[in-house]
Amino acid sequence: MSLLDARGLTAGYGQVTVLHDVSLRIEPGEIVVVLGSNGAGKTTLLRALSGLIPARGELSVDDVSVIGTGTHRLAALGMAHVPQGRGTFGDLTVEENLLVGAATRPRREARTDLDRWYARFPRLGERRHRPAAGLSGGEQQMLAMARGFMSRPRLVLLDEPSLGLAPTITTELFGTLAELHDESGAAMLIVEQNAELALRIGERALLLEHGRIVQRGTTDEFRSSDDIRRAYLGV
Amino acid sequence: MDLLLQQLVDGVAAGAIYGALALALVLVYRASHTINFAQGEMALLGAYLSWQFFAFGLPLLAALAVSVLACAVLGMGIERVLIRPLAKRNQHLPMIITTLGLMIALNAVIAWVWGHQTREVPPVLGQGAVEVAGAALSRQDLVIIATVLGGAIALAAFFRFTRTGLFMRATVGDPESARLSGVRTGRMLSVGWGLAGGIGAIAGTLIAPELFLQPGMMAPVLIYAFAAATLGGLDSPLGAIVGGIIVGLAENIAGTYVPWIGSEFKQGLALAIILVVLLLRPAGLFGSRKVVRV
Ligand SMILES: Nc1ncnc2c1ncn2[C@@H]1O[C@H](COP(=O)(O)OP(=O)(O)O)[C@@H](O)[C@H]1O
Ligand SMILES: [Mg+2]
Repeated sequence: MSLLDARGLTAGYGQVTVLHDVSLRIEPGEIVVVLGSNGAGKTTLLRALSGLIPARGELSVDDVSVIGTGTHRLAALGMAHVPQGRGTFGDLTVEENLLVGAATRPRREARTDLDRWYARFPRLGERRHRPAAGLSGGEQQMLAMARGFMSRPRLVLLDEPSLGLAPTITTELFGTLAELHDESGAAMLIVEQNAELALRIGERALLLEHGRIVQRGTTDEFRSSDDIRRAYLGV
Repeated sequence: MDLLLQQLVDGVAAGAIYGALALALVLVYRASHTINFAQGEMALLGAYLSWQFFAFGLPLLAALAVSVLACAVLGMGIERVLIRPLAKRNQHLPMIITTLGLMIALNAVIAWVWGHQTREVPPVLGQGAVEVAGAALSRQDLVIIATVLGGAIALAAFFRFTRTGLFMRATVGDPESARLSGVRTGRMLSVGWGLAGGIGAIAGTLIAPELFLQPGMMAPVLIYAFAAATLGGLDSPLGAIVGGIIVGLAENIAGTYVPWIGSEFKQGLALAIILVVLLLRPAGLFGSRKVVRV
């Protein structure tokens, strides 16, 4: 049984169709990487999967159709989505950001999870009562990931987590993602410009061009493909 | 000196009402990024419902409770049925026209149901005044000030300490991110409108004994509430209350001490405040800069 199964997904904005007939499956616990140039439709794909924009086609979670289901209900089904730009609530404190992340869970469980995240990211613990807007880019990305994981998701969609981060911080970030994956067992769908790092922690990859999936394979196949190397790995 | 003190006391009492109504405007603005021109008429409806249930024989506070509940449900209904479909498509101008239309329609319905003769809503603690440092404060003014301050503190605690309050703030800050986290953002918007409806009913019912309850009662009050909300910052609940009290003080002091303003031109003062704030400091005293962009 696939965790997530999309078949013939078509979506866009108003009259403009951006995503054409996209099919993809995510099995429990696996990491899938989505590559594609700017404007290829990666963000649109994630937004369609989360129900933020209406989509045609078939979409199911645990083999139950969820097409047209409200975004908050998908969250309750175990889907977390850290949007491009991180979706930080700047006016809320760090702790409040995390508690919003746990909106689908009982209040007491959310409280106990807070401490685990403060232990993992001491910087967040130190700043728990400060407005999140004051965090650095790297700290905000930690917060965004922690917020996503506060719902104890089974599938995490990450949209360009390294955007705007310094290279050393990006490396650290992917290390953390790999650890979180091992600990939680959650599946991940990662959209990333930094293809090298993403392909290293992922198992399967998709290449999106003009809103269509034009190539699929294992991350090893992607890393040894000349076209991919030239276009996305900068070699 | 006594006259000044009296004006200050009166100003705070009037300002508390402006602040309460401004608070209702702010809650709606935060939820839907629109100005609810019908807020005054919703408060008027609240006053009439309180009067009506009181006339049916309910104790005043019970009548008020029924009215608050009814206006809260009305606010939620307006959001769900009229506003949300427009908000989803980002239709700001149609939204404003909708609330303007609602203002006219509600007023017409109220006039049709209750007529134009004035009704008497009794003061909560009866007639009479208490003396505060040489100034006379009517019992009703005392009730108004205490209710507004108490209500504002309760609301602040609600936003700060409850989960629903947190989710409402998250929805205001970034609706999409809130939805992705599993917050039922639509419901949060409804709660905002519902709170605004209930607060309006309280403000209308408390001010009714001091004005005459008739269909035109809330129009002048709403102008001051607009001034208060603008001054405080359209998205700041604290700003609404502070703005209300400043406007109430300015109105009373200017009306008494500035001869050419007098009592006739006092309304103009509200417009002047709105203009000056929009020109010099569009975000108001406590508003966030984001507001300016919209
Ligand atoms: N809100 C929007 N309204 C209209 N068109 C959009 C919107 N967002 C993105 N697009 C268009 O959709 C296409 C894909 O965008 P996007 O999914 O953001 O690409 P990517 O994330 O791969 O860079 C682009 O051509 C972009 O201009
Ligand atoms: Mg993108």
